[in-house]
Amino acid sequence: MGYALGMDGFREVVGALAGQYRLWAPVLKVGEGRFTDTDVVRYDFVTSADEIEWHTRSDYAFKEILTPLSQTLFYFTDGQTTVPPADTRDVLVFLRACDLCALRRLDQVYQQSGPRSDWFYDRIRDHVRFALIGCPESQEDCFCVSMGSNVAPAGSYDLSVDFVAGTDGEPQVLMDVPAADLAALVAPRATAERDVEPAHVTENETKVTVPAEVPNSIYKSDIWAEYNARCIECGRCNFVCPTCTCYTMQDVFYTDNGKVGERRRVAASCMVDGYTNVAGGGQYRRTAGDRMRFKVLHKVYDFRRRFGYDMCVGCGRCTTVCPEYINFAAAVNKLADACAAEAAAATATKEGAGANA
Amino acid sequence: MPSEKSVLVPGVAPAVSPEVPRMTPGPAAVQTDNPYVPWPARILEIVSHTAREHTFRLEFAGDVRPGQFFEVSIPKYGEAPISVSGIEPGRSVDLTIRNVGRVTGELFEGYGVGDQVLLRGPYGNGFDTSMFMDGEVVVMAGGTGVSPVRGVIDAISHSADAKDKHVIVGFRSPADMLFRDDLARWADALDLILTVDGAPEGYEGNVGLVTKFIPDLPLRDPATAKAVVVGPPPMMRFSIMGLLKLGLAEENIWLSQERKMCCGMGKCGHCRIGQHYVCLDGPVFNYVESKDMLD
Ligand SMILES: Cc1cc2nc3c(=O)[nH]c(=O)nc-3n(C[C@H](O)[C@H](O)[C@H](O)COP(=O)(O)OP(=O)(O)OC[C@H]3O[C@@H](n4cnc5c(N)ncnc54)[C@H](O)[C@@H]3O)c2cc1C
Ligand code: SF4
Ligand code: SF4
Ligand code: FES
Repeated sequence: MGYALGMDGFREVVGALAGQYRLWAPVLKVGEGRFTDTDVVRYDFVTSADEIEWHTRSDYAFKEILTPLSQTLFYFTDGQTTVPPADTRDVLVFLRACDLCALRRLDQVYQQSGPRSDWFYDRIRDHVRFALIGCPESQEDCFCVSMGSNVAPAGSYDLSVDFVAGTDGEPQVLMDVPAADLAALVAPRATAERDVEPAHVTENETKVTVPAEVPNSIYKSDIWAEYNARCIECGRCNFVCPTCTCYTMQDVFYTDNGKVGERRRVAASCMVDGYTNVAGGGQYRRTAGDRMRFKVLHKVYDFRRRFGYDMCVGCGRCTTVCPEYINFAAAVNKLADACAAEAAAATATKEGAGANA
Repeated sequence: MPSEKSVLVPGVAPAVSPEVPRMTPGPAAVQTDNPYVPWPARILEIVSHTAREHTFRLEFAGDVRPGQFFEVSIPKYGEAPISVSGIEPGRSVDLTIRNVGRVTGELFEGYGVGDQVLLRGPYGNGFDTSMFMDGEVVVMAGGTGVSPVRGVIDAISHSADAKDKHVIVGFRSPADMLFRDDLARWADALDLILTVDGAPEGYEGNVGLVTKFIPDLPLRDPATAKAVVVGPPPMMRFSIMGLLKLGLAEENIWLSQERKMCCGMGKCGHCRIGQHYVCLDGPVFNYVESKDMLD
């Protein structure tokens, strides 16, 4: 069911939601950006509509609610392991179409990869619902249309929010509310009932082509070399990505006698040193170029080979955050070009061989 | 609902199931409600091969096969993936461990018979030993690489045509040899070639890399012979080159890959190579698949 609301009614709706849910939403943090006097949009808990950044795509992903940067798995005390309780009060997450597509990727890895669903992920996931923020226009670095993630998957959200100008010129909010329990909360505050289709973009300035096939020769291609000079292996591109899921186990102990400690898992980045280190000094993918190759191929090829669809949702966050101005979309396009060139060369060789025969 | 069970005591080891999974690769049955919580396992015995390499026999009653691995925890130090080097069904597993760092160091220094370490697993596909019982087989193992194939070698040493089973085992030096008792048994049962990379003056055994012995393998039909190769990456690379040159078919060669692994369950991502998770699809791979797994 869809509704139109005035701003006051909408504020009341968010207030009422805050009474039932912890609201996890993008928030503009003034002056907290990477550079002096810059702002950043990060996720945080809010209790009112006015705290939420509705118009700019967040710089950081929503995923920390499901996969915290650091998560205690259990404590060690005197030979006992104790799993700490989680905050399992219900959460409502405000996010965009690409993010809901990213959620499918998180679920894929945490719930469907391997023999069983992830215990720690599930115990939070089961308490999280989703509210779609419509996208009337494309934002910085986005290429969601190329990745097919510009539209929220069917059934992926419980309510949507779009801001439009009403016929009287006053700002209006349109909400699509498929969840009956939430519709009951919205309906009394609405000015009208009507069909609502959340806004989505149909074209981005940035476009990418993903390679259908990647020949093994691409591993040795010189397209990766430029990153050796440019990438500083800081891993920010992974930490902001809504589809990155990797973590590293870490044990710590706090008392001098070593009696009390904990095991954590912390977010990991395949761009950062140590990701592949094994005992005896073994390490795979030593250079930034190798790591970039691994990351790009995983996002637009290897994940697809395993799970049937591409991992990257084209949100553009990795490009926006990179301190070295490395453009992820450009990297994907260079890969696609190189693959096409390899394929053309292979065909030419074959035809040449055929002509000689 | 997992969230209701916020506090758990350590998980319990699984009971023995009558059916050992054989053909399907992938981890065996689920043990605990929360697979990240390891269970305490008592150290039943410790065999010291060298100062740096010990075999720890640990209580374990569940299903497991050679080539699979466990995550061994030393609380507050961390976890380490370790291959199963021996199995006594329903009672114990052997883990042969080299002391190289934080977890393994603490295990060597602080733990003795009767103490408990924490375990979770087994993980990975492991070897299907039944595949190697018939026909000509070559097993090549280097150093701690013997651990994952020890069960395979044991199995083929009891096969009907054990004379057609050739095992090349290499260590750095005579002092680095592991599984001496097993080596003696295997030497009696099958064609064992034991070699060391280097040895002090007067050493009477074979000296040379494992690859040196490939050309002289007395295979009647290399095209149908099967091979298993496990060891450090360069050793595996050159051994496979040698076996292919001898005429073995790519699809008849298996190897075991090692990668950093934090979970063993297809979640943490560290073990990925291309589309593969080494912890799920491996660590044992057929060469046809593994030759296209590029890092
Ligand atoms: C499937 C599999 C099977 C294995 N089987 C066996 C076996 O049967 N026997 C055996 O002895 N070993 C085996 N290993 C190797 C074993 O897991 C490692 O030796 C063990 O994890 C070392 O743990 P540690 O804490 O003692 O060493 P660590 O203290 O972790 O360190 C050892 C070295 O690893 C590197 N390192 C580790 N983590 C980091 C990091 N975060 N940053 C930088 N450097 C790092 C360092 O260079 C260090 O020198 C196996 C590994 C795998 C994946
Ligand atoms: S690509 Fe950019 S953000 Fe990613 S690791 Fe390299 S420098 Fe950091
Ligand atoms: S790889 Fe970059 S563009 Fe793709 S989903 Fe991750 S952050 Fe967004
Ligand atoms: S070890 Fe974590 S995914 Fe394989």
